[in-house]
Amino acid sequence: MSVLVYVEQVEGKFKKSVYEAVSYAKAIADQQGTSLTAISIGNVAESELNELGKYGASKVLKVETDQLQNFVNQAYAAVIAEAATKEGANIVVLSNSFSGKGLAPRIAVKLKAGLIDGAVELPTNEGGFSVKKTAFSGKAFAITTLTSANKVIALNPNSFGVKENATTATIEAFSPEVKSTDLAAIVKEIVRATNKVSLPDAELVVSGGRGLKGPENWGMVEELADLLGAATACSKPVSDADWRPHSEHVGQTGIAISPNLYIAIGISGAIQHLAGVSSSKVIVVINKDPEAPFFKVADYGIVGDAFEVVPKIISALKAHKG
Amino acid sequence: MKILVCISNVPDTTTKITFTGDNTEFNTAGVQYIVNPYDEIALSRAIELCEGGKGTVTVINVGEAATEPTIRKALAIGADDAVRVNAAPRDAYFVANQIAAYAKSNDFDMILCGRESIDYNGSQVAAMVGELLDIPSISIIKKLDYDGNTATIEREIEGGKEVVSVSGKFVASCAEGTAEAKIPNMRGIMSARTKPLQVVDAVAVEEVGKITKFETPAPRGAVKLIPAESAEQLIDLLHSEAKVI
Ligand SMILES: Cc1cc2nc3c(=O)[nH]c(=O)nc-3n(C[C@H](O)[C@H](O)[C@H](O)COP(=O)(O)OP(=O)(O)OC[C@H]3O[C@@H](n4cnc5c(N)ncnc54)[C@H](O)[C@@H]3O)c2cc1C
Ligand SMILES: Nc1ncnc2c1ncn2[C@@H]1O[C@H](COP(=O)(O)O)[C@@H](O)[C@H]1O
Repeated sequence: MSVLVYVEQVEGKFKKSVYEAVSYAKAIADQQGTSLTAISIGNVAESELNELGKYGASKVLKVETDQLQNFVNQAYAAVIAEAATKEGANIVVLSNSFSGKGLAPRIAVKLKAGLIDGAVELPTNEGGFSVKKTAFSGKAFAITTLTSANKVIALNPNSFGVKENATTATIEAFSPEVKSTDLAAIVKEIVRATNKVSLPDAELVVSGGRGLKGPENWGMVEELADLLGAATACSKPVSDADWRPHSEHVGQTGIAISPNLYIAIGISGAIQHLAGVSSSKVIVVINKDPEAPFFKVADYGIVGDAFEVVPKIISALKAHKG
Repeated sequence: MKILVCISNVPDTTTKITFTGDNTEFNTAGVQYIVNPYDEIALSRAIELCEGGKGTVTVINVGEAATEPTIRKALAIGADDAVRVNAAPRDAYFVANQIAAYAKSNDFDMILCGRESIDYNGSQVAAMVGELLDIPSISIIKKLDYDGNTATIEREIEGGKEVVSVSGKFVASCAEGTAEAKIPNMRGIMSARTKPLQVVDAVAVEEVGKITKFETPAPRGAVKLIPAESAEQLIDLLHSEAKVI
C-alpha cells in the first residue's frame, strides 16, 4: 500500500501548488501509516525532482517518454493509473489545477475510484473516509464519504499550505507503453504569460469591477498588483465588456479562488461575485458606496473614490517596501 | 454532424444556500432552477456549429421529471431534441455513466458539457464520459472550431492557453469565451413545446461515495473601516495586523 501524488511540471519546474499537493499527500500517507510516491511526467532536472523529498516523497517515478512531453490527459491518466497499480497505491492525490481537472476524473474511472475534487482539508475517518470539499461555488462545503477501495483526491490550491517534511527521495525511471489512441488530442501551441502571477493559485489578488469605469483605468490596478506580487482579477461585467480577459473573471460563473488577500476595487459584491471569492482569508473592499453589499463580508473597508484611494495605497506600499 | 450537449439543472445563481435534516440535505424550498450557465454556453456553441443545416443538437439531462422545464428551456434556446435519463443525478460518476451509455448506442461527433455544474462544482462529468467512451476529452475550453472532422480547441491553462487539435469523436467542457449564451426568442419558446423529448431508463452504476454532510462558511467578523483620507494605513494593517503582506 502507498499514496501516489502526481506532480505537474510547467516547463520543467514545479510550482508552489505542487509542493502543497505533495505536503497534503504526505499527511495522508502518515494517516494511513504508509509511504508517499510521486510521479512526474515530462523532462524535469534531477535537482528539481530531489526537491520533492523535502515535502515528504520517498520515491519519485520519472516518466520521460518522448510522446508524453506535452500534457494529454488521456495518456497521462493511463500512465498515472498504471503507476498506482504498480505501486499498490489506493489513494492518488493531485492539484485541482486546470490540467488536474481534466485528469482526475479519467484516473478515477480507470481505477474505479471515488473522486473528491476541490478538497480543502485532510480526510477524516468519520463515516469511513470523508473529505471536505467546496460546493455551491464557495457558498458551502460538502463532506463527501468515499466507499470505493481506490480513491482520487484533487486538492484546491492555497487550502492546505506547503509543509516541509525532510525525506530523501529515490528517483526511479518509469517507461510505460503509451497507446497511440491515447494521444489523439494533439497540442499545437502553448501561450503562457511568464511575467504574470497566475490567478487560480495566487496568494494575493487585486480585483477591479465596473466602478473603475473603463479598461484605460486598469493601470493603477496592475501597478498595485505588481508591487504586491499579486495576480489581477475582475468581476463578470468587466470581462463581458472585454475590458479584461475572461480568464480573470472570478465568481460563481468564473474562477473560484481562496487567496490570503483579496482586494476588491469598485466591485459591488453581488452574490454571484462573492460566491467565488468569499473563502479568501482576508478581504479588503474599496467602494464609494457605504451601502455596497461587499462591506458585509470584508475584513477591511475603505469608503471612498477608488481614483483617490488606490494611488494613496500605492504610495504607502512603495514607502513600506523602501 | 450530430452534437450531444449535457445539461444540468441547478439552483439559480442568486439562491441563498441552506440545508435541512441536520445539514445533510440541500434545502430546495423556494429554489428556482435554471440551465447550468456553462451548459448554456456549450449549447449556444453547438447551435452555432450546426447553423445552416450543418447538423443537429440533442440535449441530454440525467434527472427526474421535475427537470423538464429546464430541458424545455434548452429546446427553446435552439436544441433540436432532448433526452432525459430518468433518475436522480446521484453524483458525477453516475451521471457520466448514463451519458456514456446513451452515447454508445447513439452516434455523436462530439459531446459538449459545461466546465462545471454550479451546485457541486465537480468538473468531473466531461472527462469521465471521455474515459468511459475511450475518446479524448478536453477540459475547460474557451474556443471551439470544427471543420467537419477536426476540432481546433483552446483550453485554459494557468496564465495562458493551449491550442489542441482533435480528429474524430471527442468530449469538451466549455467555459466562457466558447460562445455568448443565447437567449430564447418567442419562436423558440413556442416550438420548444412540441420538440421531441425522449425519456430513457437509467443503467445500474455501483456507488463510489456520497455527500454525508454540508457546512456553511464561518461568518466573518465586523469590517474594520479605514477613513479614505488615511487610506495609506491599509498597508500597515495588512502587514502588522493581518500579516498577509
Ligand atoms: C447567472 C449569473 C452569473 C453571474 N456570475 C458572476 C460571476 O461569476 N462573477 C461576477 O463578478 N458577477 C457575476 N454575475 C453578475 C453579478 O450579478 C453582478 O452584476 C456583478 O458582479 C457586478 O459587477 P460589479 O460589482 O463590477 O459592477 P456593479 O454592480 O456595477 O458595481 C460597481 C461598484 O463600483 C462602485 N463604484 C463606482 N464608482 C466608484 C469609484 N469611483 N470608486 C469606488 N467605487 C466605485 C459602485 O458603488 C458599485 O458598488 C452573474 C450574474 C448572473 C445573472
Ligand atoms: N445531471 C446531469 N445531466 C446531464 N449533464 C450533466 C448533469 N450533471 C452534470 N452534467 C454535465 O457535466 C458538466 C460538469 O458537471 P460536474 O462534473 O457536475 O461539475 C455540466 O456542466 C453538464 O454539462
